[in-house]
Amino acid sequence: MSLLEVEQLSKRFGGIVALDDCTLSVPEGSITGLIGPNGSGKTTLFNLVTGFIPRDGGEVRFKSKSIAGFGPDRIYGLGIGRTFQLARIFPRLTTLENMLVPVRRAGLRALLSHGQWGAEKARAMKMLASMDISEVAGTLGGALSYGQRKLLELAAVMMARPELVLLDEPGGGVNPALLERIAGHIQQLNRQGVTFLLVEHNLGFVMNLCHEVVVLHQGRAIAKGTPREVRENPAVLDAYLGA
Amino acid sequence: MSPTGLVRSASLILLAVVALAFPLLVSDPASTNIGVFTLMYVGLATSWNIMGGYTGYISLGHAGFFGFGCYALGLPLAHLHVGGGYAPFFLVPLAGLLTALFAIPVGWIALRTRAATFVIVTIAVMFMLQLAASNLIGLTGGTGGLRFPNPGWSGDVFNDPFYYAMLGLAVAAIAASWWIRRSKFGLGLLAIRDDEDKATAVGVPTRAFKLTAFVISAALVGMMGGVYGYYVTYVYPEFVIDPTIGISMVLMAFLGGLGTVTGPVLGALLLEPAQLWLAYHFGAIRLYLVFFAATFLLVILVLPRGIVPSLAVLLRRRLALT
Amino acid sequence: MSLVLQAAILGVLTGGVYALMASGLTLIFGVMRIINVGQGALVILGAYLSFVLFHNWHIDPFVGLLLTMPVMFLIGAVLEVAFIRPLKTDREALSVLVTYALALGIEGVLGYIFTANYRELSVWYDTQSFPLFGFRITLVYIFGFVLCLAILATLFLVLYRTAFGAAIRATMLNRTAAQLVGVDVERVSAMAFGIGVATAAAGGAVFGITNAFNPGSHYDLISRLLTIIVLGGLGSLRGAIIAALIMLVTTDVASVIISPEWSSFVFFVILVGVLIVRPQGLYGVRVRERI
Repeated sequence: MSLLEVEQLSKRFGGIVALDDCTLSVPEGSITGLIGPNGSGKTTLFNLVTGFIPRDGGEVRFKSKSIAGFGPDRIYGLGIGRTFQLARIFPRLTTLENMLVPVRRAGLRALLSHGQWGAEKARAMKMLASMDISEVAGTLGGALSYGQRKLLELAAVMMARPELVLLDEPGGGVNPALLERIAGHIQQLNRQGVTFLLVEHNLGFVMNLCHEVVVLHQGRAIAKGTPREVRENPAVLDAYLGA
Repeated sequence: MSPTGLVRSASLILLAVVALAFPLLVSDPASTNIGVFTLMYVGLATSWNIMGGYTGYISLGHAGFFGFGCYALGLPLAHLHVGGGYAPFFLVPLAGLLTALFAIPVGWIALRTRAATFVIVTIAVMFMLQLAASNLIGLTGGTGGLRFPNPGWSGDVFNDPFYYAMLGLAVAAIAASWWIRRSKFGLGLLAIRDDEDKATAVGVPTRAFKLTAFVISAALVGMMGGVYGYYVTYVYPEFVIDPTIGISMVLMAFLGGLGTVTGPVLGALLLEPAQLWLAYHFGAIRLYLVFFAATFLLVILVLPRGIVPSLAVLLRRRLALT
Repeated sequence: MSLVLQAAILGVLTGGVYALMASGLTLIFGVMRIINVGQGALVILGAYLSFVLFHNWHIDPFVGLLLTMPVMFLIGAVLEVAFIRPLKTDREALSVLVTYALALGIEGVLGYIFTANYRELSVWYDTQSFPLFGFRITLVYIFGFVLCLAILATLFLVLYRTAFGAAIRATMLNRTAAQLVGVDVERVSAMAFGIGVATAAAGGAVFGITNAFNPGSHYDLISRLLTIIVLGGLGSLRGAIIAALIMLVTTDVASVIISPEWSSFVFFVILVGVLIVRPQGLYGVRVRERI
C-alpha cells in the first residue's frame, strides 16, 4: 500500500521549472530514498508535500486522501513529519522543551493543562535516551553541537508519532560515526512502523539503508527500484554524469 | 523544596504582604497615587509581554486597547447611569470582554503580516482608534472628553480602592502570564518566537496561537484602561490613547526581560516610579524625556536581554563556579 | 468637482514631500532591516535647523539645505554607529525601541531649547500662488515638489548608476552574500542611515514652510510615514513614492468630500484593505524567511 502518492506534481518559480509532472509513491513501511543531481527538485518536492509552498498542478495523497493545499501544521497533525536540510531546532528553548513543542492534536485541554506534562516529559526523556542525548536535556538548543541538533530535530519530530517522516539530507554535514548512528536510528524507527522518505546525496548511505530508491532529474522521476537496480540504470548514470 | 524554591516562595509571600499592606503603611495620596500607577504598569507590561515577549511580535499600538477598554467601561457606565461607588468595578470584566472582541478582527488582520509590518500595523490601528474617538463626538464626547461617574469617596483614601483594583488586575495578569508560560500553549508561543516556520512544521497552529495571545493581552490591557478611566474621571482621546503609554509598557517589559514572567514586573517597578518622579520634578522642562530615553538606551546597550535574564545568566555562572 | 481636483493636485504636490521622507525610511529598512521610528523626529530636527538658519541669518530654507543636509547626514551616520550597530541580538525588535528612544531624546532636547511653542518658516513665498488652468498652484509646494523630484532622482541615480549604489542594493538583497563579495556592510549601513537622515533634512525644510511645528509634531508625522512605507511595501523605494502620493491625494480629497477630521481615517482604511489582500504591501516581497 502506498502511504504517500505524488501524482503529476508541477511547480515553477518564475521561469524555472522545479517540478515537471512528477509522479512517485512511497510504500508503507519502507525506507525510500530520493536522489538526483542538484536542482532536480527534491527539496521543492518536500516543501510541496509538507505544505510550505503551494503547487501549480498535480495531486498529493496521504493514505489515499488528498492533502494538497493543507498548511504545514495540519499536515503534521495528519501524521507527516519532516526535518530540514540545515537542522532546525528552537535555540532559546532547552532540549527537553524542544521535545515538548510538537503538537499532534491541538485540543484546548491538552494545551492548557499541566496534567499531561508528566507523561509527555517521560516520553520525551525516553526518546532522548534512545538517541543518546538525554544528558543535554537541560541545555539550550542554541548551545548544542550540530550533531546533537540533528539528533534532537529527529527526536522532536517523532514526539507526535508521525507515520511518515521526510528527512532532508539526514547525513548532511555529519561525521561518519554520527552518520552510522543516524542510520541506526532510522532503521530502528522503521522497524517500529515508521515510513521514511529521505533525500540524500551520500549515495553509500542511501544504498545501504533504503529498500527502494526514486531518482529525480529536472523535476521528474526518471527511475525507481531497488538500490541495485537504480545504480545500474543507464538513464540514472546519464542524469548524474551527462551533459 | 530546593533552596531556590524556598527563596522564591518566601520572596513571593513577602512581596504579596507588602503589596497588600502598602496603602495602610504609606497612606498619603501622593504615594498611593504612585502605587496605583506602578501597579497599573506592572499589569500593562506583564500583559503586553504575553504577546510581545512570548511570540516576539512587538505591538506598539497597545495603547489603543488601553483606550478602547477605557471607553468600553465609560460608555456603558454613562448610558446605564451607573452611580459611583464600587459598582463600576464589577463592569470592568465587561470592558475586558469588549476589548477582546474588538481585538479579534484587529489581530486577524495584523497577524497576516510578518513581524516588521505587524509593528507598524499596530501603530496604525492605535491612531485610527484615536481618530475615531476624537471624531465620534456623539458617542465618545470627542476631544471634549468622556466623564466617568464620581466614585463618591474622597479625601485621603480616595486612591485606595483603585490601588486594590489595579493590584487585582496586575495579579490576574501575572497569573495568566505564569500559567501560559508553563503550558504547552506557552511553549508553542516561544517556539513561534524562535522559528515560526519550524513551529508550523511540528504542528503548532501558529495563527490560532498568535491570535489567542494577542486577544488575551488586549483584554487584560483593556481592563486596566477601564479602571484608569474611573480613576481619572475625565478621559480625553489623546491622553488615553497615548503612544507614550504604549511605549512605556514595552520599555518596561524589555528592561525586565522579555519572555519571562517576572521581567516585566521588575521593569515596571523600576521604571514607573522613576518616570513619575522625573515628570514631577522635570516635567516643566522637557528634558525628562531625555533622561528617560538615555536610561533606556543605556540599558539596551549594556543589558540587551533585559535585567532578569542577564541576572539569571550571571547567577548560573556564579553557581557553576562555586 | 474642481474643488476635488484642486485637492488632488495639492495631494500630489505634498505627496512629493512625504515621498521624500518616506523614501529615506524605506531605504533604511531595506538596507538594515530596521524600522527607524525616529525618522519623524529627525524631520522635525531638520525643520528646526532650517528654522535657526532662517531666523538668525535669513538663509532661505532651500538654500540652507546645502548646510543642513550634510550635517544631518553626519548625525545619521553617528547615530547609527553609536546606537544601532551595537545591537547584536533581536535587532529588528530592539531597533524599534532604540530609535523610539532617540526620537524621545530629540524631542526632549528640542523642547528644552525651543520650548513647545509652534514655529513656522514664514518665507515670503509661502502664500504666493499662481493660476493654472483655473486652479491655484501654491508656489512653495511647487518648490518643494521640484526639490523632492531632484533628490529622489539623485537617489535613484546613485542607487542604480554608481558602485556605491550597487553596494547598497546588494546589501538590501542579501546582506551575507554582499559581505561575501567584499561589500563593507557596516559602512554601507552607516551611510544608508546617513542618507535616510539627510532626506529627513530636506523633508524638514519643506515641512517647516508648509506646516506649523513643535517638538511634539513627530508623532503624527511618523505615523503617516510608517503607514506609507507599509502600504508601499517595506524596502521598496518605488512603493514608498506611490504610496505617499496615494495617501496624500486620498486624504486631501477626502478632506474636501467628507471632512478634514475623517480624512486620515480614510487612508487607514485603505491601508487595512490593502493589507488584507496583500499583506506585503503594494510592492513588497512576500518573505518566506528560510525553508
